[in-house]
Amino acid sequence: MAHSVRRDAPELPDFSLLKRLARDQLIYLLEQLPGRKDLFIEADLMSPLDRIANVITLKQHDVDKLYKVEYKPIVSTSDQLCFLIRPRIKTVKWICDVVNTDKAFGRFRRYKIIFSPQKFYACENLLEEQGIFGDVTTDEWSFYLLPLDDDIISLELPEFFRDNFLEGDQRWVRTAGSALHLLHSVYGPFSKVYGIGRCSKMAYESWREQVEEGEQRARQAEIGNVFLIDRDVDLVTPLCSQVVYEGLVDDIFRIKCGCVEFGPDVTSSDKSIKVMLNSQDKVFNEIRNEHFSQVFGFLSQKARNLQTAYDKRSGMDIKQMKTFVSEELKGLKQEHRLLSLHIGASESMMKKKTKQDFQELLKTEHSLLEGFEIRECISYIEEHINRQVSMVESMRLLCLLSLTENGLLPKDYRSLKAQFLQSYGIDHLLTFSNLKQLGLLVEQQPGETLTVMESRVGKLVNDKTAGKLTDAFSSLSKKSNFRALGRRLNLVPKSDEEYDLRVPRDMAYIFSGAYIPLSCKLIEQVLERDGWTGLEEVTRMLNGHEFAVTAGSNGSDARVKTDSQRIILVMFLGGCTFSEISALRFLGREKGLKFIVVTTAITNSARLLESMLDNHA
Amino acid sequence: MAFITANWNPLGEAFYRKIELYEMGWSLRDGLKECLVAAAPYGGPIALLRQPQRPSSSARPQLEIYSSSGVNMASFPWKSGPVRQLGWTVCDDLLCIQEDGTVLIYDLFGAFKRHFSMGNEVVQNQVLEAKVFHSPYGTGVAIVTGASRFTLATNIDDLKLRRLPEVPGLQGAPSCWAVLTQDRQTKVLLANGADLYILDNTSCTPVTPPGLSPQACSIVNMAVSFSYKYLALFTDSGHLWMGSANFKDKLSEVDTKVRTPPKQMVWCRRPKSQQPSVVIMWDRLLLVAGECTDTIQYTLDEESVCVAELDGVRIVGGSRHELLQEVPSACQDIFKIASMAPGALLLEAHKEYEKSSQKADEYLREIKEQSVLGEAVRQCVEAAGYEHEPETQKTLLRAASFGKCFLSNYPPEPFVSMCRDLKVLNSVRDYTVGIPLTHTQYKQMTVQVLIDRLVYRKLYPLAIEICRYLKTPEYQGVSRVLKHWACCKVQQKEEPDESIAHAVSVKLGEAAGISYSEIAARAYECGRTELAIKLLEFEPRSGEQVPLLLKMKRSQLALSKAIESGDTDLVYTVVTYLKNEMNRGDFFMTLRNQPVALSLYRQFCKHQEQDTLKDLFNQDDDHQELGNFYVKASYKEKKLEARLSLLQSAVDEYNKARNEFAAKATEEEMKLLRFQRRLDEEKGEALLGLSLQETLHALLTSNFHKQAEQLYRDFRVPDKRYWWLKLTALAEKDDWEEMEKFAKSKKSPIGYLVCCLYNLYTKPFVEVCVKQHNKYEAKKYVSKVTPEQKVKAHLAIGDLEGAAEAAIERRSEGEISTVLSRCSPTTDRALLERLNRARSTAAKK
Repeated sequence: MAHSVRRDAPELPDFSLLKRLARDQLIYLLEQLPGRKDLFIEADLMSPLDRIANVITLKQHDVDKLYKVEYKPIVSTSDQLCFLIRPRIKTVKWICDVVNTDKAFGRFRRYKIIFSPQKFYACENLLEEQGIFGDVTTDEWSFYLLPLDDDIISLELPEFFRDNFLEGDQRWVRTAGSALHLLHSVYGPFSKVYGIGRCSKMAYESWREQVEEGEQRARQAEIGNVFLIDRDVDLVTPLCSQVVYEGLVDDIFRIKCGCVEFGPDVTSSDKSIKVMLNSQDKVFNEIRNEHFSQVFGFLSQKARNLQTAYDKRSGMDIKQMKTFVSEELKGLKQEHRLLSLHIGASESMMKKKTKQDFQELLKTEHSLLEGFEIRECISYIEEHINRQVSMVESMRLLCLLSLTENGLLPKDYRSLKAQFLQSYGIDHLLTFSNLKQLGLLVEQQPGETLTVMESRVGKLVNDKTAGKLTDAFSSLSKKSNFRALGRRLNLVPKSDEEYDLRVPRDMAYIFSGAYIPLSCKLIEQVLERDGWTGLEEVTRMLNGHEFAVTAGSNGSDARVKTDSQRIILVMFLGGCTFSEISALRFLGREKGLKFIVVTTAITNSARLLESMLDNHA
Repeated sequence: MAFITANWNPLGEAFYRKIELYEMGWSLRDGLKECLVAAAPYGGPIALLRQPQRPSSSARPQLEIYSSSGVNMASFPWKSGPVRQLGWTVCDDLLCIQEDGTVLIYDLFGAFKRHFSMGNEVVQNQVLEAKVFHSPYGTGVAIVTGASRFTLATNIDDLKLRRLPEVPGLQGAPSCWAVLTQDRQTKVLLANGADLYILDNTSCTPVTPPGLSPQACSIVNMAVSFSYKYLALFTDSGHLWMGSANFKDKLSEVDTKVRTPPKQMVWCRRPKSQQPSVVIMWDRLLLVAGECTDTIQYTLDEESVCVAELDGVRIVGGSRHELLQEVPSACQDIFKIASMAPGALLLEAHKEYEKSSQKADEYLREIKEQSVLGEAVRQCVEAAGYEHEPETQKTLLRAASFGKCFLSNYPPEPFVSMCRDLKVLNSVRDYTVGIPLTHTQYKQMTVQVLIDRLVYRKLYPLAIEICRYLKTPEYQGVSRVLKHWACCKVQQKEEPDESIAHAVSVKLGEAAGISYSEIAARAYECGRTELAIKLLEFEPRSGEQVPLLLKMKRSQLALSKAIESGDTDLVYTVVTYLKNEMNRGDFFMTLRNQPVALSLYRQFCKHQEQDTLKDLFNQDDDHQELGNFYVKASYKEKKLEARLSLLQSAVDEYNKARNEFAAKATEEEMKLLRFQRRLDEEKGEALLGLSLQETLHALLTSNFHKQAEQLYRDFRVPDKRYWWLKLTALAEKDDWEEMEKFAKSKKSPIGYLVCCLYNLYTKPFVEVCVKQHNKYEAKKYVSKVTPEQKVKAHLAIGDLEGAAEAAIERRSEGEISTVLSRCSPTTDRALLERLNRARSTAAKK
């Protein structure tokens, strides 16, 4: 790789411990319902569960059959049913129906609900309302954290973004706090915590509370500093097209829980193959953070190397051949398989992405980020809508336009919306209402007249008691201030300079040199300054809620600059993209730091916007 | 030190000793005569109920509570019904069992706590006798009624009355009875004349003690040991039978030669007892009988009461309080006259050493020769624990410490912890505190319980001192004591809220793990709501504040506290509570001021109660959300009419919200729906529910050009879009003729600029054709493309030469490079050269 790796980069802590903890607890919970039982698993929990305990492990603990929760009447002959679910009203309601049906048929079974990662009062309340509180036993599987890779840990809560930022429902904040607490108790104590965003602040407070309640043990810290960031601090970055290999794979094939399914067009056979994408995959590990334009060259070089390795065979005698077969061949074969898969994937992406319209799309995006030729961009978006290119894509561009321009001109706002509705259906009226509420797609407000809603929010904000609490609505009056932020933080490099993607000089390489992700830039700046001093104007534009707290308060620890001080845990509340992870890895290499990314879920533009849709019942 | 053995009396192999614990501080005129007495084990308090001097209806009995040293703790006239029995619970509460079966509970200071009843049947039949007993489940009460029926309550804190089966032939009270706890079951053992029965939940079983002398014809008294393992029976023939409580073994039988029924009979044992015995008390005589045939007899000069302990018997009299116990073997070894046990020698050695005599060395050498110095130290330490006099304790400990010096690897812990324990024990044994605990009892009871007992006695400073001295973890020790102190403090009615809250916060400020909510709850129980709220302010955990606030009906405050905590479960708890407590209007108003709670409730309603959601928006005059609500509802509606009416409601709401855009969009949707329905009916198309674009597309592909035109006009579809749609539809149908016609048609819409027209419809033409793999058709339109688009168009149809031409013509370096990258060096050599040339000329410019 072209990057100069600083040799003193610290080792990452071993996160497989988290998996072991989760597995042991699950087994314990399963054994709380002795005897054979059928297990119903919520769809979203299947992949995470698969990473923790496989079917054999489950069978060893008396699980008879496994079912996916499908909200349909069940066909199970077992006398004991165990449900492994997320604490959602819909699922609990379904379980109530199952139990009540059994009751109506006079069938006696034992039921156990295991909520992961925690149960909510609302769920128990529902059980009570439905009159089955006494018939079921409930438990919590505190499976907060799923390590997806050496440096990525996910809470696997995709609904976090919508629930928290759109609906103002803060139920997951405590979950985030508990997750942080778990990390703290296993890998802590943390010495310093930084953060920005309201939700971050709440998660931080919830964590502090849990620390104070629990017992403290002095141990060797494996993680030094923590940075918490709300997704709505930076909505621009996740809406940009990803061009780093891993991000691109996610955009096109959708990586699910660290695993991707390559279809027949990639595998060049008639079967689909599921592939785990993590640092265990040697080939992938080397290209994941690369700009896509560099990947093909790298892969062909790799292929040549592989060929040379194979070619060694020709000049060998029997003995050498024997050692070759026993020692190297297997590794080569493995590498060969992976290489061909990634070449296939790259080819398939090339087909989709090097086409004219993708280049134009990127050009438009870059113009939006730079703030040039906005008119052209608008007509490009218009054409996109008129030609009915994918709905999410059109919406993405609209949002990007609104975010970078601080809202659309009223005329554009109306006409684009009208065209959008004609193209994709009236039901997106509700989606627009959501986008507006979140501040993703808004109308530019003429300075003096405030809408009714805003004045109401203003009133509430002035109200002393409500002051702390009304920020849920503050997004209504929120402006993205992207331009000003970009200037202040130098997010958009000057476009006239040629950007050499082979030798990235800053984090902008993840967007072809057009834009340094705001989220990552903030992290860089705060770590550099050891706090928010000097960034006052930036935080004001980001709606504040920034904090920097010395958590350890242990004087002697602070002085010793240990390895753990250079391990930084970044927690994204509301999801983060693979591009951001790549950018942080780059930053880590530059500064001799190691970043661990904890996120409520891996997101990308499509997932983010799909969560905003409201066109289904 | 010979005097130590002065009060020792031999019983078989063992010795018994009687130590004076206290000279009683009380001044009882008639001693314990005519008194109902109850003394709690583990050196607990003593309660007396004195019958009035002259039995007259007006005089009331006096209830008095004393510490073990006779210090008065409470005293008040008894105003309730006649009391049959007094007893103490494990938490130092006084139980007063009345004749009518009501049990009243008082605390140590005579404050009434609560009462319960032993059943309805008792009210008529009266309680004849009652007993209070302790078991692993807590404190229990057993009674026998006038109808000769037994009723049991195993744990008075979790009251479950069990009426035991009838005993055959029993009239009135049995001659004697006792409560047994065996095999995790509580049973009653009773004697009716010579017959013994065991009563359990279901049956009444007659039993015979093995080897009971036949000359007895009635069992007049019985005693069960502290551990419920042993039983002693006293017969009218003066025989004492001792055996196991399961009637499997007999220990011994002793003829006491006293035929009068004893007043009281208790077991006197200790762990690792050599000679367990039973202490029998008559009016003037106290007799200790063990396995051997000898007995020890003491004369009693005053009315007394025996209290069974884990390791002996306490004898409480009118003027003295004594402890009778078997001398522990460690003490025996050391103090027995002419003992040569290692401990005794060490003690002697130390004594000589203090006298600076060389004999010390001789003794020490003797111990060391037998290499039993470790044992000697251990014995001295252990014996110190059993001694009551601080002087003797000190002597023994000094000797142990002296011996320790000559040992290199003797672990220090036993010695250190014994010193600590004794310090604690001596301080609680003090006359003012009056808890005469032995070391054995202390170990059994644990420090935590001792602290609790001190706290019950409101001896907070001592309790805190002990916690600090023993370094008990804060949340178990100091904090707990402080919490009790605060709970007691808030009950002081005369002090104002402010000063109490202040005092509490100052004292508790720095202590860890204090639960202010518990203190507040106590304050609330005493009717001091304001104080409770003030105290709750100090509670850092909102989870603890909220339930109490709800209980105190401070729901608004509870809601804001819950929201502050960030714990949605708490918020939800309050919301559910409010929903049930308040009327709808107030409830909604409350929510309106709390956005977090509001959004949480909205989430709930979305899943559970759609209609409530509507009401909620209505209340808020939130027309925008109402509009959205109707739109959403319209999707679910299958019937078109209903759907339209829902949409109409949405239009109205959007208009009220002054959201003209949304209103118009919804109106158009209604228009479209009507249009689709008409067409579906007329032409049998399935258009209903499609978007405008999809409708147009469907119409165009099905050759309903006229209808499409109409829609295009009615909905003011932008021209660009319409042209595009039409082209796509035509290309999909492979209708190239129609497309050519359309392209050439002069029917171009209003305001079409020529360049725009080219730019717009010809470029798409090419793409559409390419998409349909019709390069031939596409070629037709390439010429119409604007110059800027030409290279792209040529490339799109795979015409390299054309692209090269166009690029060279335009002299654009970038475009030439694009074409170059598509050329392959083998087949297009000529073209390559031309392009390279052109590029270099273009570059020069």
